[in-house]
Amino acid sequence: MPGNRTVQPTSQPSQSLESELPVTGLPVKTAARLGMVACPHCATLWEHVKARDRCGRCGAELHMRKPDSLNRTWALLIAACIMYVPANILPVMTTVPFLGKEQQDTIMSGIIYFWNSGSWALALIVFTASFLVPLFKLAVVTLLLISVQGHSKRRLLLRARLYRLVAVIGRWSMLDVFVVTLMTGLIQIQGFATVHPGAGIAAFAAVVVLTMLASISFDPRLIWDVTEHEPGKPA
Amino acid sequence: MREVPDLIACEECDAVYRRSPLGRSEIALCCRCGAELERDRRAQRSRVLPLAVAGLCMYIIANVFPLLELESRGGLVSQATLMGSVHSLNTEGMLLVAFLVLATTILFPLIQLLALIYLLTFPIRFRRFGNPTAFNLTGRLIQILRPWVMVEIFLLGVIVAFVKLTSMATVLPGVALWACGALAFLLTAVFSFNPRCIYISRRAYKKKGE
Repeated sequence: MPGNRTVQPTSQPSQSLESELPVTGLPVKTAARLGMVACPHCATLWEHVKARDRCGRCGAELHMRKPDSLNRTWALLIAACIMYVPANILPVMTTVPFLGKEQQDTIMSGIIYFWNSGSWALALIVFTASFLVPLFKLAVVTLLLISVQGHSKRRLLLRARLYRLVAVIGRWSMLDVFVVTLMTGLIQIQGFATVHPGAGIAAFAAVVVLTMLASISFDPRLIWDVTEHEPGKPA
Repeated sequence: MREVPDLIACEECDAVYRRSPLGRSEIALCCRCGAELERDRRAQRSRVLPLAVAGLCMYIIANVFPLLELESRGGLVSQATLMGSVHSLNTEGMLLVAFLVLATTILFPLIQLLALIYLLTFPIRFRRFGNPTAFNLTGRLIQILRPWVMVEIFLLGVIVAFVKLTSMATVLPGVALWACGALAFLLTAVFSFNPRCIYISRRAYKKKGE
């Protein structure tokens, strides 16, 4: 019904005002406690779901929580941490001019070059995208994993927001990969200069992909699961 | 297994709410974690198909014409297209990185646009749902690929490379650069479309037919 524009002024918990801040500790019932499972793709809620059931509307597999979320996220995170070292040490790009010495660039030296040449705005963008964001992502995902495994009840809302932030900004680290791709594609002029990609860029691309996969495989609902009453305690 | 149609669960904290009808462009937020529950997209829905077609046109221009033109002091000229850059990365032995760039800037945007146009024409315009498996897979594909379409990041990369090169030689922006910018904007607008609403409209259609 496209003509239906009214919002029912009932005391329903779903809020339509963006300005109203969410309140933590509000008594809410979770789907898990009600014995329902939400479809990860079309968000339909289902009752009485058995193992290996599929969503009756879109056919996606139904799980109470993302399967094996913590183990998968740990594996991807550790792999990303390992790749982070060569990504920052190895050169990402080698410039060979027709005359003169060849020049090797790492991620950091590229940023310093921008800063020294006066384009500090660009230096800040690249510094944020290729240095701060990956480091922030690794730190936040580690923090989320440790706090979930330790059943921490502190700062639930802050952690939920950090997860959302990481999921949004993670993709922007790909910036340096694209810059190296373009430089390689453009500067292949015999008699002027050539640019070769270095091993560092492959490691850096791996860090970006692995951390993106890690944040996708982490289930933010696990943060909130500690607020449920534990099985041994009275409800 | 039974469907619970009048309830909705927050995707990020699992809190359950009663669905309430949303007004024009209203957003329902979870009051525990602040994540978005539902968003009214009736206003955008009629705009998505033309935007997706426009995006496809821009996509073709962005891939055919050169992105940047470089003129060195000696008068040597070099042009870089999207595909050419990926190819030279591949010849330098960076097969996996080349594939990653190919996927995020060339393959995935194309798949995304084609899948959207398919979903918006056959099931919505012509009321022809056809094979439900193909329909479901297309809807899911759009959602899975969404974080991996990186045209806007690529655009920023072009700008950074542009500034980097100005110290070495004269750089001119090509036609594809503008098309790339337009494509980034169009994709962002198109992504406001959520394939979920198709499932809802499909159900409404089925009910009407009964």
